[in-house]
Amino acid sequence: MNKKEVIKKLQKRVTPIGNGTAIDHIQPGLGLRIVEILGLDPKHAAAIALNTESRKMKRKDLILMENRFLNEDELNKIKLLAKNATVNTIKNYKVVKKETLGLPEKAEGILKCINPICITNHEEIKTKFSIKKNPLKAKCFYCETTMSENEIKRYIKK
Amino acid sequence: MKAKESLKKTDFSLTDVISIYDFSKADILSVLKRAKEIEAMTEEKKSKLLEGKTVASMFFEPSTRTRLSFETAIQNLGGKVIGFSDARVTSAKKGESFSDTIKVMSNYADILVMRHPLSGTARLAAEVSSKPVLNGGDGPNQHPTQTLLDLYTIQKFVGKLENLKIGFVGDLKYGRTVHSLAAALTHFNACQHYISPPSLKMPKHIKEEVEEKCKIKETEELEKFIPEVDVLYMTRIQKERFPDELEYNKVKDAYVLTKAMLKNAKKEMKVMHPLPRVNEIATDVDETEHAIYFQQTASGIPVREALLDILSRVKK
Repeated sequence: MNKKEVIKKLQKRVTPIGNGTAIDHIQPGLGLRIVEILGLDPKHAAAIALNTESRKMKRKDLILMENRFLNEDELNKIKLLAKNATVNTIKNYKVVKKETLGLPEKAEGILKCINPICITNHEEIKTKFSIKKNPLKAKCFYCETTMSENEIKRYIKK
Repeated sequence: MKAKESLKKTDFSLTDVISIYDFSKADILSVLKRAKEIEAMTEEKKSKLLEGKTVASMFFEPSTRTRLSFETAIQNLGGKVIGFSDARVTSAKKGESFSDTIKVMSNYADILVMRHPLSGTARLAAEVSSKPVLNGGDGPNQHPTQTLLDLYTIQKFVGKLENLKIGFVGDLKYGRTVHSLAAALTHFNACQHYISPPSLKMPKHIKEEVEEKCKIKETEELEKFIPEVDVLYMTRIQKERFPDELEYNKVKDAYVLTKAMLKNAKKEMKVMHPLPRVNEIATDVDETEHAIYFQQTASGIPVREALLDILSRVKK
């Protein structure tokens, strides 16, 4: 069996989903973090492909989740983590919505502030951050701490 | 009446005083202008500015200088002061949230002046309060009235704010005073020298923000830069910011300014310090024409009076 045949066989093992979400074009290495943040529903199937071949980006991670649809907060979390990802909403085996993500303008309630003495880590209030692009940075609206890309990725709320 | 007329012409756009980053150049200049006007007023005229107004002075952590300066300013303007200087005597001790304390206090007072050990509390207070909030320090984050009094002092004693050459010396890593002043001076095209030991350098994000608008230079040598600058802004190496004493001992005596070191300074060069000082400025500097740090502290009164006066007219 050559390499292409192996891949085809492997791909066949992943059952296509009738209803749910497919998160594609995830930068390799970020797939598991996205699953960790979104959480898995024990009642429904999910498939995670890590470091799989991609024509567009050579290597990618891919997540398929049955009967799971993403709300705005979840989409924004993925935007902060993997801005180049594509989110496909599938209904009746058809892709009804395809969204190429990009970075959000702001992050509200989805990111924890890195500053341990920020009021948001001591009182029940929604966190707010403004987002700066190239390089990615998030500035806390309350304590004004600026978080780097790596810090943002570690501090996205589950 | 003249004072009120001049206020109308100013461009103060804020409803709360939380962070120096909220201030436009016009906002800064309108506060400095009002401070100058108030400083020139008779005691009697001044005492009518906050007549019938109540100001809550809420100090959730100990502070003598800032609290007394605010309370003096309130009383000078004829306002009433209510409040506390120790969070242990408030309902916070009973578990009341900070937001609830602020909402309650905004029913009692016309302006809320506050200091809190946690960063971001002033911004949160401004969000939940129906009355203007004046930040007297939120943890290590912001202390905008200190920055405004620094600018007022520079304008008054150096004679200009534009195109200054200023040297910041000492703890540039943890000192919020220098971070805020460096940012505020970007409105005035200041050339900034950062003089510090390697472990206490100006944080990268501040340098990046300043560098967008101003020239900066970084060095460890103090004496070489003294003849170049218009203002030397000295800071205390803050022992309480160091995780261990050994690290503190390595840098605590890094910069000690003496009278002898000022022999090549420009005649009109001024030495500033937010106080309290430990040993970073030798007492023989006090007697020179360069020293203005005690006048700098005194500027806190007219500047805080100006902010209280302006905020007393703000509608949120």
